[in-house]
Amino acid sequence: MIHAAFLIPLFPLVGFLILAPFGRRIGNPIAGWIATLMVLASFVVTVLVFAGVAGEPVASRLHVENWFTWLNSGQLSIGVGIQVDPLSLTMAMFITGISTLIHCYSVGYMKLDEQFSKFFVYLNLFVFSMLMLVLGENLVITFLGWEGVGVCSYFLIAFWFTRPSAASAGKKAMIYNRVGDGGFLLALFLLIDKLHSLTFTTIFSHLSQLSPTDLTAVSLLLFVGAVGKSAQLPLFPWLADAMEGPTPVSALIHAATMVTAGVYLMCRVNPILHLVPNAGHLIAWIGVATAFIAATIGCAQTDIKKVLAYSTVSQLGYMFLAVGCGAYDAAIFLMLTHAFYKALLFLASGSVIHAMDDEQDIKNMGALRRAMPLTSATFFIGWLSIAGIPPFSGFWAKGDVLSNAWVVSPALWAVGAVTAILTAYYMGRQYLLVFLGEPRWKKAGAGSLHPHDASWQMSMPLVVLAVLASFGGLINLPFGPHLTFLESWLAPVVGSGLLHNTDSTLQLWMFGVADAVFAIGGATIALSLWRNVVNRPALEPQFLFMAWFLDASIDRFIARPSSALALFSARVVDRQVIDGAVNGVAGLFKVSAGRLRRLQTGYVRTYALVIISGLVIMVAYFMIRSGL
Amino acid sequence: MDHQTLSTVLQVSGAISRQQAFPFLTAIILVPVFAASLILAIPRDARRLIRGVALVASVAVLGISAAVIDLFRTGDGGYQMVSNHMWAPGLGISWSIGVDGISLFLVALTSLLFPLVLFGAYARQNTKSFSVWILLLEAGCLGSFLSLDLLMFFLFFEATLVPIYFLMVSWGHEGRNRAAMKFLVYTFVGSAFLLVGAIALAFMHQSQTGLLTFDIRSLVHTHVSGTEGVLLMLAFTFAFAVKAPIWPFHTWSPDTYAEAPASASIILGGVMAKLGTYGIVRFDLELFPHATILLAPLFLTLGVIGIIYGGIVAAQQRDLKRLVAFSSLSHMGFIVLGAFALTGESVSGAVVEMLNHGLYTAALFLLIAMIYSRRRTFEIARLRGLQGAAPVMAGIFTLVMLASIGVPGLNGFVGEFLILAGTFAAHRWWAVVAVLGVVISAVYMLWAYQQIFHASQPMTDPKEPLRDLTTRERLVLVPLVVLIVALGVYPKPVLDRIEPAVNQLIMHVHQVEATNALNANALSPLEGR
Repeated sequence: MIHAAFLIPLFPLVGFLILAPFGRRIGNPIAGWIATLMVLASFVVTVLVFAGVAGEPVASRLHVENWFTWLNSGQLSIGVGIQVDPLSLTMAMFITGISTLIHCYSVGYMKLDEQFSKFFVYLNLFVFSMLMLVLGENLVITFLGWEGVGVCSYFLIAFWFTRPSAASAGKKAMIYNRVGDGGFLLALFLLIDKLHSLTFTTIFSHLSQLSPTDLTAVSLLLFVGAVGKSAQLPLFPWLADAMEGPTPVSALIHAATMVTAGVYLMCRVNPILHLVPNAGHLIAWIGVATAFIAATIGCAQTDIKKVLAYSTVSQLGYMFLAVGCGAYDAAIFLMLTHAFYKALLFLASGSVIHAMDDEQDIKNMGALRRAMPLTSATFFIGWLSIAGIPPFSGFWAKGDVLSNAWVVSPALWAVGAVTAILTAYYMGRQYLLVFLGEPRWKKAGAGSLHPHDASWQMSMPLVVLAVLASFGGLINLPFGPHLTFLESWLAPVVGSGLLHNTDSTLQLWMFGVADAVFAIGGATIALSLWRNVVNRPALEPQFLFMAWFLDASIDRFIARPSSALALFSARVVDRQVIDGAVNGVAGLFKVSAGRLRRLQTGYVRTYALVIISGLVIMVAYFMIRSGL
Repeated sequence: MDHQTLSTVLQVSGAISRQQAFPFLTAIILVPVFAASLILAIPRDARRLIRGVALVASVAVLGISAAVIDLFRTGDGGYQMVSNHMWAPGLGISWSIGVDGISLFLVALTSLLFPLVLFGAYARQNTKSFSVWILLLEAGCLGSFLSLDLLMFFLFFEATLVPIYFLMVSWGHEGRNRAAMKFLVYTFVGSAFLLVGAIALAFMHQSQTGLLTFDIRSLVHTHVSGTEGVLLMLAFTFAFAVKAPIWPFHTWSPDTYAEAPASASIILGGVMAKLGTYGIVRFDLELFPHATILLAPLFLTLGVIGIIYGGIVAAQQRDLKRLVAFSSLSHMGFIVLGAFALTGESVSGAVVEMLNHGLYTAALFLLIAMIYSRRRTFEIARLRGLQGAAPVMAGIFTLVMLASIGVPGLNGFVGEFLILAGTFAAHRWWAVVAVLGVVISAVYMLWAYQQIFHASQPMTDPKEPLRDLTTRERLVLVPLVVLIVALGVYPKPVLDRIEPAVNQLIMHVHQVEATNALNANALSPLEGR
């Protein structure tokens, strides 16, 4: 079955190629179902390939397939192909799985949209790009997917292009990502310069040829790319704006898959990171700082999707914390469970937004539990899971990250623990404001509103994701090597986690109890503070609401000065200095020519004169020099 | 093994004999000239006939260059399909034309863009003179790329100015006269330096060998070093720098691009800009290796400044065509960077970027012309919300835009990637700064796209509702779109043909430099006396 792997990215590509020209004629909802079917087919193939690879002995679970040579130049030869191994298959499986669910959900969610088929064109292209990103056998293919998902994200954020805010948000996302891409590209160039290859297997077998400086540079440059794509400090403001896109997009691209590409990249190049522990520390600190800052911001947001956006940033921070600590399997574990519960939370909030007639302010909601029991129940599971309440999936994954952080540095662990309390708190606040309390939407002027659970296309994915979010922890239970399925599966690619060198049952239980206390504590605080209260200005300071003024600062100190510089370059430097010099030289010749020969000429004759005299002088010079 | 060698030999000789069966390259240059003279004989009212002749001729040229690509021997880095005819023996000028990997795709690009112009950016008034000028322009461009004789190159290079001047003055927009004059004078001044340089070089060659010739295959052996080399190289490069343009010799280009009719903009941006960069690769590198290496830091710097500066200034343009002009300045900066970085990857990247830039710039100018025909303006602020009314146009514009900002999978990425990778290896810090251009290009292009296509209400005139692309317009864009995608997904066939010529060129540069160094060492005691 392994040789069927090429079908994994092929199906969504075919879907894109069918729907791009004919989508509109195929129409609503068939176009959506075709797209869903393509992704489902891709998921089925992934499962089969997964089974095939799992049947192989551990040592031979790496298969590289070369399709064709993209280019040859100098010593550089770059192929197009895929690499099937435990890591890429894990990624491909959860990407296609979640994508199938979200495609299905979208058929319901986008039902009334005029651009229905176009939405699925972009969605299928996105899935194709994302799969190339994780399956690519060399960094150029990874970069192709990397840019492809960025472009699709741009299309989909700006999907409702008639809204200026959506159009601007799309552009902003693309530009922030490009900043990171600069770093990514430089890492590629450095590797090309030193190793003349970008194939993963070649790079990893020739790492000894790289000096420590080069290794550090490559790691940090790739991390710059990851910071842009995965919305880490200081490049996270775009992700909050990205919520302008339709909610299924937020769930798929800006929570479950694309934004985790940076984490995937770091895990993929773990043999490099392994050699530069200092880079790891930096990554861990940036990750945990992002996690903490985004969590504080999440406490003060009032838009249902922005709370989730900042919580995504925060959770991604945890993943980078794990990466920085060398616990790549923990990062992937959290990535998977996060994909389950965050996609769930987004889709559930999409149901809410749908039911509330596009209202997104949680202060105008409340008491939706009775009106939307299924949505409420699934959102509740999402909350418990992300908060890390045992035995939901988030508890196991976050616990894995935190215990690994402890091994590297208790300080990292402490910040992560505070963030865990905050997470349980702000998600609780959101749940309480949306689903409990008074039905504030009744007096908010929307008199004819009758919120209700959505159609089966939208409900079915919620239920599936709720099950996954509840029981996802089963894939990696820390009770002995026979239960850490994910860790053993990934071990050939990323090595095994740190803790297992030192762990003891006692330590394990202590971490478990501590994590549970943080989660329950945070949730209890939320319950006691927000049960029947809508506004607590002291807990929602402007500083947090405005996201630590990071966006405003970037605008004030980078965007506006750059804009002013551009204006100065265009108006003064280009028009007056450079063009002025050109015109000045021309004028000078004109004047001197006029004075010398008193010629009443236009441009052409003047110039002819200048040219000829110059010509004579130069020819004479060279004739003399060459002895003629 | 023997059998294999034999069959390769047979294949190669077969290809050579097929190549010699018909003077393809001469025909490429002469067909448009003949067609132009034929049109002169047709009465000006027979518009359809005139147009038909022009189209047939340009399509015939396209067919011949397809044959040339087909007959081109991939592994061969030298000139192919050469034809030599002494023209003015006393002056050493000959009709020497030939094609190698560096010029092959520029010829192909030229012969692709002209039929598209004739098909999609045709002038409604004065069809006759328009067709004649366009065909002469095509001959001039093709002649420049194919000439192996320096003086012939110069003549073709100059000959392109006349048609473009008249195209601008007769069919341009309001500010056309001033812009055309500025363009003419500026490039003319540049060319004067080229002429002087060419003559001087030929004299130097004559004094060393006793033979007066302008054939670059002989001139490469001229021993130029030190001051002469630098001066000659600067004289050549000035002409090319104006034509490309390279910062800071670009100030003619925004005005010219903006005021020129669509046809001229397409040719200026798509083809004629490459006359400058082609000149750099073909003549600077080949004839003055020592000076090129010596002055490389200067031109690398100008290239990088062009990349950044072009992008920054593009972000402040209010006129769509000016924006493309500055974006071109930025892309030309990449080509200059690649050429002067002098590594296999970077020079190949520069050559392939010439082709790719030609494709997406032509597509951009065509799209801009299509927008203009609907909205009668190039002003970005007065265009908005077009995506709602014209989704296909928006889709194609998006694709072309993404190619131009270098998104992988589309053609713009290939050249940029190779250029930067090659430059990084040889001149790291220039490449590091140049990478900023990747960010900046996204800023100005996406900004322009948002202004034109996004936003709320399309400003529609109730009398004239906005139409999406017509079938004819789609047909014009299809070849470009197909190539933009195809060359992004699979650039190997193109690069395989470029590589050998580039490698040969770089080897030549380094050989000459090594010999120079050797001679300098040998001479130094003499000089010391």
